[in-house]
Amino acid sequence: MSNSAQEAFDNLTETVGTPTVENPKMQTRNVNVFYGEKQAIYNVDLDIGNNEVVAMIGPSGCGKSTFLRCLNRMNDTIPSCRVSGEMLLDGEDLYGADLDPVLLRARVGMVFQKPNPFAKSIYDNVAYGPRIHGLANNRAELDDIVVDSLRKAGLYDEVKDRIDAPGTSLSGGQQQRLCIARTIAVSPEVILMDEPCSALDPIATARIEELIDELRENYAIAIVTHSMQQAARVSQRTAYFHMGKLVEVDDTNTVFTNPQHELTENYITGRFG
Amino acid sequence: MDKLHLDQHISHQFNKELEDIRNKVLTMGGLVEQQVTNGLTALLEADNDLATLVAERDFEVNNLELEIDEDCTHVLARRQPAASDLRLIVTVIKVITDLERIGDEAEKLGRFSRDIIQISADTPSYRKELRHLGELVKSMLRDSLDAFARLDVDAALRIAQRDEDVNREYETLERLLASHLVEDPRQVSKLFKITWCARALERIGDHSVNICEYVVYLVKGRDIRHTNMDKIRSEFMKSSAD
Repeated sequence: MSNSAQEAFDNLTETVGTPTVENPKMQTRNVNVFYGEKQAIYNVDLDIGNNEVVAMIGPSGCGKSTFLRCLNRMNDTIPSCRVSGEMLLDGEDLYGADLDPVLLRARVGMVFQKPNPFAKSIYDNVAYGPRIHGLANNRAELDDIVVDSLRKAGLYDEVKDRIDAPGTSLSGGQQQRLCIARTIAVSPEVILMDEPCSALDPIATARIEELIDELRENYAIAIVTHSMQQAARVSQRTAYFHMGKLVEVDDTNTVFTNPQHELTENYITGRFG
Repeated sequence: MDKLHLDQHISHQFNKELEDIRNKVLTMGGLVEQQVTNGLTALLEADNDLATLVAERDFEVNNLELEIDEDCTHVLARRQPAASDLRLIVTVIKVITDLERIGDEAEKLGRFSRDIIQISADTPSYRKELRHLGELVKSMLRDSLDAFARLDVDAALRIAQRDEDVNREYETLERLLASHLVEDPRQVSKLFKITWCARALERIGDHSVNICEYVVYLVKGRDIRHTNMDKIRSEFMKSSAD
């Protein structure tokens, strides 16, 4: 890091830009995350608004995935991980004693970097969530949920004739859309995506990005991506993380044409950071 | 973001591509400046050889425009520049359009030199006025290119302000020519040519203002075209805060 950039980072106590929105679906305030003694996230305030895609970008190890995983308590499974601060979903405390993390994860779904379909049929992959959450009263209702989810994920037409084939028989891009269908099937309110296209070719990536844009009509979406072009293409707001701090967050057009912080500028223009 | 730091990309090749583009723009700027100087001299001293040279060298200006445009297209396609790099490319594409137009105006000045000299001795040729206007816009052009080279927002806004002087001079000359025309309508064709020369010079001032506006966009990320300049000055100029 150049001296001036280092200095700017050291002096960074407040995020540049506008971390809050008018109609937040999720709100986080003063979030700190530790892995044992090591602090991974420092005082992050960030809102995810209804019907918007927030892209989180930053170099490896900057904390963006850690932060994303806090949003549906995926970090609970890591014993050394400690989260402090306030995280709210529709004003409700994510880490409150009366909130069941399993139900939370149905409301805040997640799509991972590598498509991870279960070793089951396409149908059963999508039906899995609705079954365990008891969302369907009978087979016909379950069928409706499965078809509807596959449709929303833009996969139905490609798999309708082989819905009982194993999910793993699909191509990488189709598998990822299957995972998105599986996420949608439990009617989440927020969808978190952790590098959802990094294992996909450009055509499959374009399909997923198109899907993200369609999903935005009904969900709040947060996406972690290493591809800045992807962040620029799919998001309405972009958040830049650096060494555990949220350096800058603003509308995506501003971040990509006129970022205000030197570190953001360096990162998105590919300069020495 | 007051410095472009073109040499700090992780990709050395990208550094070089942007540096090359910037250097070509400065070369083109220098050439256009020379064209304006020569065009004005050809006009005022009725130097036909110099006028021919200006016409010939206009091809060089045009070729540089094409070459830089192509370089910018390649960078956009291959690098997908963002932030200050993107602003640099957008700025360059716009600056060279204005430079090419200035080149055309310079050529026009040379082309009219023959007609001006033929004005009879008893008719004023308005050389003094044209020279004065010419010096004003030449310095505006030179300074706006300097502001681009140095990314100097303060200077850019100051230079843009000088266009008011140019416009005033131009209007004064226009009035003189109009009353002359009323007095001596037989000179209509010659007086029109003088008007066109004045107009060409005034346009060079306008193009220089455009370059200054692009400098503000490049450095500050703000598009100040078609906005109230007083407001912009009070926001960006250091001296206005003093």
